[in-house]
Amino acid sequence: MAARTLLDKIWDDHVVCSPAGELPLIYIDRHLVHEVTSPQAFEALRLAGRRVRRPEATFATPDHNVPTTDRRLPIADPVSKQQIDTLRANCREFGIRLFDLGDADQGIVHVIGPELGITQPGMTIVCGDSHTATHGALGALAFGIGTSEVEHVLATQTLRQAKPKSLEVRVDGRLAPGVTAKDLILHVIGRLSTEGGTGHVIEYTGEGIRALGMAERMTVCNMSIEAGARAGMIAPDTTTFDYLRGRDLAPRDFAAAVARWETLPSDPGAVYDRVEIFRAADVVPQVTWGTNPAQVVGVDAAVPAPDAFTDPNDRSSAARALDYMGLRGGTPITDIRLDRVFIGSCTNSRIEDLRAAAAVVRGHRVASTVSAMVVPGSGRVKRQAEEEGLDRVFREAGFDWREAGCSMCLGMNPDILTPGQRCASTSNRNFEGRQGKGGRTHLVSPAMAAAAAVAGRFVDIRGWEYK
Amino acid sequence: MQPFTTHTGIVAALDRANVDTDQIIPKQFLKRIERTGFGQFLFWDWRFLPDGAPDPAFELNRAESAGASILLARRNFGCGSSREHAPWALADYGFRAVIAPTFADIFFNNCFQNGMVPIRLDEADVAELFRRAAAAAVAGGQYRMHVDLRACTVSDDAGFSRPFTVDPFRRQCLLEGLDDIGLSLQHDAAITAWEVAHGLAPVRA
Ligand code: SF4
Repeated sequence: MAARTLLDKIWDDHVVCSPAGELPLIYIDRHLVHEVTSPQAFEALRLAGRRVRRPEATFATPDHNVPTTDRRLPIADPVSKQQIDTLRANCREFGIRLFDLGDADQGIVHVIGPELGITQPGMTIVCGDSHTATHGALGALAFGIGTSEVEHVLATQTLRQAKPKSLEVRVDGRLAPGVTAKDLILHVIGRLSTEGGTGHVIEYTGEGIRALGMAERMTVCNMSIEAGARAGMIAPDTTTFDYLRGRDLAPRDFAAAVARWETLPSDPGAVYDRVEIFRAADVVPQVTWGTNPAQVVGVDAAVPAPDAFTDPNDRSSAARALDYMGLRGGTPITDIRLDRVFIGSCTNSRIEDLRAAAAVVRGHRVASTVSAMVVPGSGRVKRQAEEEGLDRVFREAGFDWREAGCSMCLGMNPDILTPGQRCASTSNRNFEGRQGKGGRTHLVSPAMAAAAAVAGRFVDIRGWEYK
Repeated sequence: MQPFTTHTGIVAALDRANVDTDQIIPKQFLKRIERTGFGQFLFWDWRFLPDGAPDPAFELNRAESAGASILLARRNFGCGSSREHAPWALADYGFRAVIAPTFADIFFNNCFQNGMVPIRLDEADVAELFRRAAAAAVAGGQYRMHVDLRACTVSDDAGFSRPFTVDPFRRQCLLEGLDDIGLSLQHDAAITAWEVAHGLAPVRA
């Protein structure tokens, strides 16, 4: 058989049928569900008298809407409450396992999937959420779908899909100290553009990727959609297997599973539709200055002027973005002052992210002009952080320490920016109004966000004095 | 689903690239559990001023866009969040087709599920359409186009005509307004065979 890529192998294994004149049907191994993109799918299922084909392959949690304050209090927003109650009722009716509010394992769907061992190498995984790409870090083919497709998967456990093209993003060499996976992926998106990956699944390869831990790999894959790719994946290896061993829902015959998973990596000589090569040594800590994640520069650079762009679309986008962001071309990034700092989201809310941020904060105080919060990605992450005393480090420095959820990544709950407020955020989208109407978001790594909270402006974390 | 065969309508020219689904339908409207009624919230933050009045400068609020059912935009339309609320809002507002040089994948797929055709044309053709729409507006009129999904062409009354491509299966579903879940369930035997071959217990009928 011809040499195949990781994508080819997972794809071939999951084609159910490919009838003439129709798109292929591919089998979906795991379906993750949250409260925002599922109610209409369940309702349509009910109206058509259909049921969920494989409830045991389907897992749900409320995350987008949930308050991050005291969970013992009722949810103040009646519309949010209704959406969460609807998820509860649907899970009960259709027999789906729900990690509910108040459940010790509730959290952001893309944090709890890997954490509980729901996500495994070689699987196809979907969720009505574009950051489903996160799960590709474990060597799965994972991508976001719309609500009609959620309904399709619930009813049939399959999806109609044309096979995507493959894009190898190879990272040569290793990241320098102080430079993180977040900086790497922002750097990659900056070069690929927000649509460079459209129609493709990215496989991240090379020494710079192999050297990353599981949490860092998830950060990288998570933001694949920000380059237009629906999925990002990394071949499973001992880092992956060590991460999964002993997880609640990991395969019981783990050795047999590992033997299977070891056959997944792309064969030597396998051909990708496209290859892009990056040098880890070129990556410095990144800060976005605009209103899409590709509008990004190094912390040691200045905000670009619109004239710097040759493409007319890029130029007008830059002008519009600078206007919205209240920034002028030529301003050094380190001159930008912040009002808010948000550490959280499915990109950067795992225990490793919180440790990195806490290390920066330890012994410092949040600037008096800044309001800062930490929102752990899951109940488990929160407990682990508290066992390690990280919550005390954050609280003593003046951070808010919250309950798990999406929170100010998209501000569907009460955690939002007010118009004009400027925020350093570890999340994944700096779109206009994403964190609150008129809010101005700069995407950075957890360490860079923590340092910005202390300094009140962006600083180059590579020169930070750790206490 | 509402079938789509041919459509003639007014063009609204939204001269922006990378229009993300957060702009098409902001998050505060995603809390609803219905599939309908999203049109009133379309492009909320762009369409309305802080006092709630329509922003006269926004493209969709201009006289030449009144009653528009074909949206013209620049590159990478519909990027970002997978929310199907975006096509729901566009369709509910009255749009039946969106023309742009490129679309984000998830949005592109979501359109077909909602009786709306996403049409990819060359960047130069899209630029030409923006010119024609602007010329019509300057002359105090509106710009009309025709979309023919049977022939896969898009044209205007002044000689512009281009073919476009759509996946044949998606096209068929749209032409006939088919329920694609119903179609997929016709392959139940193949699905069960896959499950059994992969060590899963068969689903009880
Ligand atoms: S944390 Fe943000 S990006 Fe991630 S699932 Fe929640 S809302 Fe989406």
